[in-house]
Amino acid sequence: MKTIKFLSVLASTAFFLACSDDNDTPEVINEEETITTMNITLTPEGGGDVITFTSVDLDGDGPNPPVVSAPNLAGNTTYMGTIEILNESEEEPEDITEEIKEEDEEHQLIYEIGGALDSVTVTDSDGNGDPLGLEFTLVTLTAGEASLNIYLKHEPTKPNNGTFEGSGGENEFTAEFDFIVAD
Amino acid sequence: MRTLVFTIFLLGIVIVGYGQQCSLTLQGTVKDFHDNSYLEGATIVVVATNQYAVTDKNGFYKLENLCPGSIEVEISHISCNTLLQEIELVEDSTKNFNLEHHFEELKEVKVIGDAVHDKTNSGQEASITTSNLEENSAGNLGDILKNISGITTLNTGATISKPAIHGLNGSRVLILNDGVRMQDMEWGDEHAPNVDPNSVGNIRIIKGASALQYGGDAIGGVIVMDQNNYFNKDTLYGKTIVNGITNGRGGNITSTLTKVFENHWHINVNGSYKKLGDQEAPDYILSNTGVQEYGLSFDFGKHGYKQGFNAKYSYFNTEIGILRASHIGSVDDLILAINSDTPLVINDFTHDINNPRQKVNHHLAKLEYYKRFKNLGKIRLQYDFQLNNRKEFDIRRGENADRASVDLELTTHTAGLDIEWINWGKFSLQSGVMGRYQKNFPDPSTQVRRLIPDYKKYDAGLFNILTYNANDNWTLDAGFRYDFSHIDADKFYITTRWEQQGYDEEFGDWVVEDLGNQLLTNPKFDFHNISTTIGAKYAPSNFDSFKVNYALAQRAPNPSELFSDGLHHSASRIELGDLRIKSETSHKIAISKEHDYNHWGYAFEPYYNFINDFILLEPSGVEFTTRGAFPVWSYRQTNLSMFGLDVSTYANWSSKIRTNHLFSIVKAKDTQKDGPVVNIPSARTTNSISYKIEQLNNLELKISSNLVFRQNETPENISVYSPRQDQEVELDINTAPDTYHLLNFSSKIQFKLSDKTRLTTSFMVNNILDTSYRDYLNRQRYFADDLGRNFLLQLKLNY
Repeated sequence: MKTIKFLSVLASTAFFLACSDDNDTPEVINEEETITTMNITLTPEGGGDVITFTSVDLDGDGPNPPVVSAPNLAGNTTYMGTIEILNESEEEPEDITEEIKEEDEEHQLIYEIGGALDSVTVTDSDGNGDPLGLEFTLVTLTAGEASLNIYLKHEPTKPNNGTFEGSGGENEFTAEFDFIVAD
Repeated sequence: MRTLVFTIFLLGIVIVGYGQQCSLTLQGTVKDFHDNSYLEGATIVVVATNQYAVTDKNGFYKLENLCPGSIEVEISHISCNTLLQEIELVEDSTKNFNLEHHFEELKEVKVIGDAVHDKTNSGQEASITTSNLEENSAGNLGDILKNISGITTLNTGATISKPAIHGLNGSRVLILNDGVRMQDMEWGDEHAPNVDPNSVGNIRIIKGASALQYGGDAIGGVIVMDQNNYFNKDTLYGKTIVNGITNGRGGNITSTLTKVFENHWHINVNGSYKKLGDQEAPDYILSNTGVQEYGLSFDFGKHGYKQGFNAKYSYFNTEIGILRASHIGSVDDLILAINSDTPLVINDFTHDINNPRQKVNHHLAKLEYYKRFKNLGKIRLQYDFQLNNRKEFDIRRGENADRASVDLELTTHTAGLDIEWINWGKFSLQSGVMGRYQKNFPDPSTQVRRLIPDYKKYDAGLFNILTYNANDNWTLDAGFRYDFSHIDADKFYITTRWEQQGYDEEFGDWVVEDLGNQLLTNPKFDFHNISTTIGAKYAPSNFDSFKVNYALAQRAPNPSELFSDGLHHSASRIELGDLRIKSETSHKIAISKEHDYNHWGYAFEPYYNFINDFILLEPSGVEFTTRGAFPVWSYRQTNLSMFGLDVSTYANWSSKIRTNHLFSIVKAKDTQKDGPVVNIPSARTTNSISYKIEQLNNLELKISSNLVFRQNETPENISVYSPRQDQEVELDINTAPDTYHLLNFSSKIQFKLSDKTRLTTSFMVNNILDTSYRDYLNRQRYFADDLGRNFLLQLKLNY
């Protein structure tokens, strides 16, 4: 019986010893690589209103879906598009566009269009002369619903045919814009 | 911690006892089980007192001056399995023993005892001997254990292999490495055990939770990896095994050197190294599936009958490439990969290991001391320390490209004491206590939100196992164990996640600091778990037994089940733990009927397992992030009923031809949903025929067939919205691959180089027909076929 008593004392000793450990607070991690925002500036050729599309998801991989804004575009118009990619989850937003330009051979933006859009053409290129996709032209048709999906690929197969399947690599960012092409 | 160890030592010294009148005699004979010949030179040792006798040429022995009561005798003979037997001594007695020859041990090697004792009285058990281990020395632990019926593996590619017992894996399977319970982040599906199977002598598997001395939460079972016994003889011996492997264009080498001194001291050193490049499926190279591994262990000690100690250090380091094509950016990538017949990335062969990859190392140190007290029993004290560091490298952008995405450091201290009390009449009792402290530190320099948070965990446990030897044939056992765990974590939650899970209402008190986007929280948990086991063994002889066992086991949730929160790239899914998860409780009834006749034998082992509040991870919806849509997998608790059967038989058709047959099946049902459960192994059977000619240098040829049936009972596939296709798409993630059949060949021949040196060469071919197949329990089955044909050449040198 003495042993049993001893054992229980032992167990409780172990417990109290272990619990007396100090508690230091871990440091917070704000992921630099998170991409929260895509801003697209669409400037009509030959003048007119500049249109801005945005897709923002401030909680990154958190549960909230991206907030998308895509105002109407004009019909039968050619727009010059430029893309800005940001990480706005930190207090000082980080411009990821710069990083993509620096590593242009390892990145590519892939475009898919649907509905009242005629064509989308990438106008910039990386160091090897392959398409990059931060700049493009978008040509609208006559009135109707339209969709524009943009994917940012990391380490795509280059050169490729410009499709999602053909470019391989990892999809780092997806933006989907559904909008109206007005008369 | 230091105080604790000291206290345990004190306790060991306090307990002393005194003897009574000892004048009884035990005598009898020792025979060879196979041919009934009398064995000369067998040793019979009374374990508690170190009294011993050696048999004469008629196999006769006599022990005198024994005390009345229950005694444990160890009967050993060179080249035979050591036998441990309990004897109830009331008066002068006669007791005869039968010993079984080793299958493979040669007479030249007189130093290694290969005894693998039962760890429980009535639980289902199986073992892997030194020779089995050596044959598979090129493989990992999972590959080796698969040779036992009822054991399967959950794989990530060919190199990451987690053993599953009766369909359960991960935290439900405990691995004891030389008496130390491995603490190597077993909670992750793609975390293989960090042990080097080449550093152990034998493996014992307990299917189920009936071995309470190791832990109360072994709902799947326990894998006990032990060293072989040392003989008390002044010798120096060793062995080296070299494997050349074609698939992966590499090989491995392992070497062990042991010095034993006459005064019971021993020193043992083991080292191994393995290197493989990209492995290959029949039709293509599996790019980035190389592996590099090395292990080192060193131990020394003194093993007397009355007392002894052992000090050990081992190190294991592994770097594993993860199939490049399995790294996925979004659900659309996953759809693309599943629909493609071949991997989307196939590069030229290389020995280099690139990202994505894992780099894991594990340090283990152990101090053990035991002493036998005449009127008390055997007391054993153990302290062990483990440090596990896991780095996982993903494909990342910019300056982070070479930075790990996961960098976890898990430190564990464990101290334990157990006592095998001397028998009280027909009762014997084993008791123990255990205390453990564990700390997890995720390195913030990864710049990736922590997958597993900082936490401290405190465990304490105590157990008693009572055995009652009713008569020569019947032995009953009952055990009880209590475990307490306390977890104290510091975890950052994305604020929106915290609210979405409803934690803000339930666990608002845990919030320490609000950082805007994120919350620092301090979750604390207490778990009280109880395990019991009761069973009976009926053994009319050493070669015939019937066992029945009931085990109740409780397991506290692991950190992954509680805290997971975020995108898991290798699985292309968002995994969500739940702070509300409680312990799960398993009730298992297992029966085993074993018989070894002269020319054939069998083991028939049915079981039924009912698990209350079973914790599982399954798809629960879809979330949209900036990377696209991802399926969400959440941990959920449900009730599970499992029924299974393991059968193994063998037959010696002649002195040359032997066949082996294994079959296992398990059926599992989620009784809440009334549906199938994910990742349950399908029925499978392995049959082999071997031909052995002893006169011809022990030449052995063996062909084995491995048939794995399709798992027809899988949960339904989930449907996800594909942004690209602008519609709901069925994600074919649960459909199981087809039935497959593999043929393997192996041959072995031994050469005696000198009196003390012996060379064994083996040649093996795995997947002879170069069959393309995918396995349901391989997480990379979406992306690529499994391994193609593989030639292995093995040289083993015993010296």
